[in-house]
Amino acid sequence: MSAARIKILAVAAVLAAAALIVPHTNSFIILLATRAFAFSILVMSVDLLLGFTGLASMGQAAYLGIGAYLTAILATRYHIGLGWDFWLVLVLAMLGSALLAALFGLLAMRASGVYFLMITLALGQCVWGLAYRWNSLTGGDNGINLSQRPKFGIDLADEATFFYVVFVLFALSLIVLYTLVHSPFGRSLTGIRERELRMKVLGYNTWLHKYLAFIVAGAFGGLAGVLWAHTAGIVGTDDVVLTTSVDALLMVVLGGAGTLIGGVIGAALVTFVREYLSTLVHWWQYVLGGIYVLVILYLPGGLMSVPQRLREWRTASGAADKGVVMPAPARGAG
Amino acid sequence: MNAQFWLIQTFNGLSYGALLFLVGSGLSLIFGVMRIVNLAHGSYFLLGGYVALSVIWSTGSWVLAIPAAALAIALLGLVMERLFLRPLGFDPLRQVLLTVGFAFLFQQAALDIWTGNPFDINPPAALSRSIVVGGLHLPVYRMFMIGVALVIGLALWLTMEKTRLGATIRATVDDAQMARGVGINTSLISTLIFALGALLAAVGGVIGGAFLGVYPGLDFEMLPIAFAVVIIGGMGSLGGAAIGALIVGLADNFGKALFPEVSYFTLYAPMALILAVRPTGLFGRE
Repeated sequence: MSAARIKILAVAAVLAAAALIVPHTNSFIILLATRAFAFSILVMSVDLLLGFTGLASMGQAAYLGIGAYLTAILATRYHIGLGWDFWLVLVLAMLGSALLAALFGLLAMRASGVYFLMITLALGQCVWGLAYRWNSLTGGDNGINLSQRPKFGIDLADEATFFYVVFVLFALSLIVLYTLVHSPFGRSLTGIRERELRMKVLGYNTWLHKYLAFIVAGAFGGLAGVLWAHTAGIVGTDDVVLTTSVDALLMVVLGGAGTLIGGVIGAALVTFVREYLSTLVHWWQYVLGGIYVLVILYLPGGLMSVPQRLREWRTASGAADKGVVMPAPARGAG
Repeated sequence: MNAQFWLIQTFNGLSYGALLFLVGSGLSLIFGVMRIVNLAHGSYFLLGGYVALSVIWSTGSWVLAIPAAALAIALLGLVMERLFLRPLGFDPLRQVLLTVGFAFLFQQAALDIWTGNPFDINPPAALSRSIVVGGLHLPVYRMFMIGVALVIGLALWLTMEKTRLGATIRATVDDAQMARGVGINTSLISTLIFALGALLAAVGGVIGGAFLGVYPGLDFEMLPIAFAVVIIGGMGSLGGAAIGALIVGLADNFGKALFPEVSYFTLYAPMALILAVRPTGLFGRE
């Protein structure tokens, strides 16, 4: 069995265990897990850009926002999306945010590196500005309350049922994105991340590759937004604010960019610290900030690189025990 | 919408632009010299305001609060740059992320030390009056803000253009590698500029505290606006920061007065467009 297959099985086992155990815990844990999995979809979309394409997006919350606001506006104004048409809203949200990404991407793709980071920040702020100020549509600072969750045969108001729905959609997103990044298209993205010029010389349309990745990431952001809206029961400017985009980016880096599942670990860890630890101690944010700073300083590969680091460390110290050390530099005579 | 409306709005826009210049110029210089997008810059602004409050509470002196806050935050920036950003070497993304990590730490520290209550920094009575010019009531404080920005801007410009230190900074912005080659200590320049940027942001925080207030969350509200200033003006250019600050200050005021529903959109959409068409900003150095 190859190492890659073992990893996939390990991830699948852990996720399956989470799916089996979580619904039998208390409603607080279920809510936390639901939030973590819903947000993970956004985080994975950031990883598609950062980890596999080398584009650090600082405005991914815009797509979460499109999905969330679309859900809330359709539900409260037109009563759409509270029955079977929940799935229709899901598709609409993905299309809508993909469309926005297609528009924003035309601008963002002109920049790279730090400039890409800033242009996505600016685009994200455009969406935030509209959400904040366009009171008649978005409710401004107060946001929009979603008083009920969809009901179609199953009732999503039930915490455990809703958890399953979010979990299944999360798992599907993971599978789709995993397949995508391991497809020839995904390989080309990695090539662009490593050295764009070389890919260009080899005849790849690198612009189109990056543009498509940006649109796909936007679509998954929209999917996350629909689930995020129903999880929280309220949609507001907090969903599209700069810090939400920054959060998603940091979660990817915390878990390990270019791994998809790393971002999920990051999202789970941050959700736990922010929602659970904060109920116990008041200095939780030091823990979160400290983890960020330490990981960025000492673990560039994120938490996913810990096993590898340990292996390297063990081999290095094992070699030292056997006396196979690097020969000491010869000293000059006298 | 008479002449008075336009005059008052222009005046308000100019004074807000003066404040934005203080925040934006530091951010711009830091980016120019180090290629770091400092996401803790809003935190320096907020912490500057908080330190000033502490000084005012303990000494009662508003005049003393400005230099005290400026120096304290400059020191903070210096330590952050030397101990944490420097070891990362030239890796912009990790440096950017590290500054966010610090922004979160500062947020918590501010909550712990100064609680979550909103405060105002009250300037001395002499500055709180308003004078009447041609039928317009103009607050003296806003004139003071414009004055401070002019003085600091002029001092910065003279330093940059007329002194040896300024020449070495400009050389570092234009081509750091070449600058090192001719014997300029770019490492020292980076530290200096980072501390200077923090200092300017802190001064902005103290002065802005009188009409923006000092409250949790102000850091991440200020940050994107400072970015708009820097991006529109062009990164690494002092003159650009001044023009960017004026444009954003005026656009923000008129936007909120004329079309409130899309006012932020009208601020950030041009920023995105400028970045897409001319990534170095309108007046940035290539």
